[in-house]
Order: sequence, then structure tokens, then C-alpha cells
Amino acid sequence: MSDTLDVVLRLVAVFVVFLVLPLAIGQTEHKVMAHMQGRLGPMYAGGFHGWAQLVADGVKFAQKEDVVPAGADRRIFQLAPAVALLPYLLVLIAIPVGPGNAVGQAVDAGLFFVLAVMGVGVLGSLMAGWASANKFSLLGGLRTAAQLLAYELPMLLAAASVAMAAGTVSLPGIVDAFHWWWVPWQIVGGLVFFTAGLAELQRPPFDMPVADSEIIFGAYTEYTGLRFALFLLSEYAGIVVLCGLTTVLFLGGWHGPFGADGLGWLWTLLKTLVLAFVVIWLRVSYPRLREDQLQKLAWTVLIPLALAQIALTGVVKVVTQ
Amino acid sequence: MRTSSAGVADVQLATGYFHGYAVVGLLAVIGVLFVAVAFAAGRLLRPVVPTPEKLLTYECGVDPVGEGWAHTQVRYYVYAFLYVIFAVDSIFLFPWATVFAAPGFGGATLVEMFIFLGFLAVGLLYAWKKGVLEWT
Repeated sequence: MSDTLDVVLRLVAVFVVFLVLPLAIGQTEHKVMAHMQGRLGPMYAGGFHGWAQLVADGVKFAQKEDVVPAGADRRIFQLAPAVALLPYLLVLIAIPVGPGNAVGQAVDAGLFFVLAVMGVGVLGSLMAGWASANKFSLLGGLRTAAQLLAYELPMLLAAASVAMAAGTVSLPGIVDAFHWWWVPWQIVGGLVFFTAGLAELQRPPFDMPVADSEIIFGAYTEYTGLRFALFLLSEYAGIVVLCGLTTVLFLGGWHGPFGADGLGWLWTLLKTLVLAFVVIWLRVSYPRLREDQLQKLAWTVLIPLALAQIALTGVVKVVTQ
Repeated sequence: MRTSSAGVADVQLATGYFHGYAVVGLLAVIGVLFVAVAFAAGRLLRPVVPTPEKLLTYECGVDPVGEGWAHTQVRYYVYAFLYVIFAVDSIFLFPWATVFAAPGFGGATLVEMFIFLGFLAVGLLYAWKKGVLEWT
């Protein structure tokens, strides 16, 4: 019976994190972006510095009419937001936040599972892009596909480098094997992983697929109300997942200078939030890359770097054995 | 005797394996329920007032020209080929990564890895040289 209760509590915890952290990051983005641009950002909703802005947005989205264009592929169009959102929920369960069994569910082939499921999320954008029967959406969808093709590979290779270093593909196992000198050792892989992850989430400066000034909002052009909100939620859930994974793989997860046993989860959270801040910061400070620049960056910079990282990891590992 | 204890270990391993993925499956069910409830609740909350203009494909406010599923020059298909080749290769890295430094492997395995990386690098260089990675 207590086993059942344990599982239920874990599932509830994962689900709450899935609903709360993306909103927290979204609100942070509102405020951080505003202050970086010499504005105040939302100040009204909820009273104190507009803390309830996203709740108000949610209420607004729920009341909006749900328009499916007459020319669209109705079923696929309506299903796409769910396909974009749910993979990130599933990935969260495998990310360890603390030592021992402080993980939603330890999956043996965790790293493999996480990368595979994250790849599914992009299908949602592709479905939306195709099913909308809109030229802007189609262009956005094609760009999404191209971006996935280019950036999935450096991400896989960088993750493989960590698996080599730890000698396991289990995420808790990887964090257990972590030592501080892994940070300088795997730094190139970490940068490649984080950059490729940003591109997969279509976050600026890799937001060519949703480039608002030229193709409206890419694959999401025709979406309104709740379904549009789910796409936005999936973007922010994606940030949580990417930052959490980078923390676990390259920054030592719950390891910290002190207090790793009792407060390990706090280290994970802190590192994740700092990375999320960097994601927001990049959005404010970098211009959008052009489509050919995107492809070139992936194939001629990131992939060679990731291959070099794998070679370095292999040599160091075998020599120090 | 030995086989039976190995059998017990196998059974335990399998139980853990199925238990782990059963929990993941439960979470997937929760996720699907969440989306279903959200869509159902949304249906109750929102107005439904369709007009032909609203249902028109959005093209910056003017009437759409031609149809949305237009023929597009897919310049990315070469990248797609490249990706498939590389991704299939890189999948093999993961099982190898967990054992290559284990006792009894060592140097020879490392050389094998460099041969493997060499193949990937040559493939990439070839594509680069052929101008596949350039647009103009």
C-alpha cells in the first residue's frame, strides 16, 4: 500500500513541477526582459509587481474562441498542441533532483529515454505546421524540421560524451559519478548540448521557425485560445527540461560545495534557474540567426566540436583508468 | 543451482524494468487526462461564433491566394540524408560508451573509437567539400 502511495506522491510532485516551474520561468522572463530593456514589465495583475500576470493570461486564453481554419486538417490541427506538450512532462519524471531516490522514477536507460522522448516534442510543431494549411505555417514547419535535423545530432553526441565519462546511461548514475573536474573536462560538450537544446526549443537566437517579423508565428500562426496557450506552455516546459538536463549532465546536479546530502535538490534547482536566466538573457541580447547560418553553425561548428569532445573524453578516460 | 539464481535475478530485473516503465506510462496517462480535461473545460468556457471570415486562412488580412499546402522547394533534404546517416551511427555510441573503459577493453577499444569517429569526420568533410553545407 505504501508503495502505491509513494508512486502517487511522486507522480503528483512531477505534475506540480511541470505546471509551476514553467510559469515561474515565464514570469521571470517578463520581468527580466523588461528590466534589461529599461521597462518595468507587468505591474498590475495581482498587485505585487504583476506576479499574477500569467494567471491572468491563462484565464484570458481559456475564454478565447477556438478557431480551426476551414482549410485545415482538423483532427491533426487540434491534436498538435498535446503532442508538443506531453513529451516534456514525461522527461521530467526521469530527471534526478537529489541523491538517493530523489527522482520521479529512475529509468535504467535514462539518458537514452530522455533524448528520445524530447525528440517527439518537435513532432507537435511539424503537425501544426502541416495541418494548418497556411503558407506561413508550412514554412515554419519546414524550418522546424530542418532545425531538428541539424541540432539533434550535436545534442546526441554531447550527451554520449557524458555517458562515456560516467560509464552509464542512467541519469542518477551519471550524477553519482560526477567530480568537480568534470566541468572543465566536459565544458565543450556542455556548451554544445545547451546550444543545440536552445535550437531545438526554437528559442532566440534560434527562433527562425517562428520568426514573427517574417512568417507571423510560424507553425502556430493559426492557433488561438487554449491550444495556443499549450504551445506556449510547452516552450517553457522545454526550457525547464533543457536546463534541468544540462544541470544533471554537465554541472553535477545535486553536487555542491556544501550541504549536498540534505539540500541537494536546492543545488539542482538553483543551477536550473541560473541556466534558465541565461536562456532569457540570450533572447534579449542576440539577434536571430538566418536559416543558412543556423545550418552552418550546426554542421561546421557544433558537430566537429562534439566529435572532438568525444575523442577527448575517450582518451582521458582510458589513460586515467 | 547457478542457473536458477541467475533466473531469479533475471525475474527481479524484469520486474524493476516493467515497474519503472509502468510508472512512466501512468504519468503519460495523467498527461493525456490533463489535456483532455483542459480541452473539455475550454469547450464549456469559450464562445463559439464561427463566421466564414474567421475560418479563412490567415494571410496578413487579405484573401488567401492559392492553397496552403503549396509546393515548396525543400532545400533541406540533403541535410535530412546527412542526419539519418549520422544519427544511426551515433546511436551505436551509447551502448559502447558504457563499457569501453571497463577492465579488459582499454586501448584497443579506444583505437576502434577513433576509427569510428574518423568515418564520421570523413563523411562530414566529404559533404562539406561537395558544397552540401553551403547555400550560395
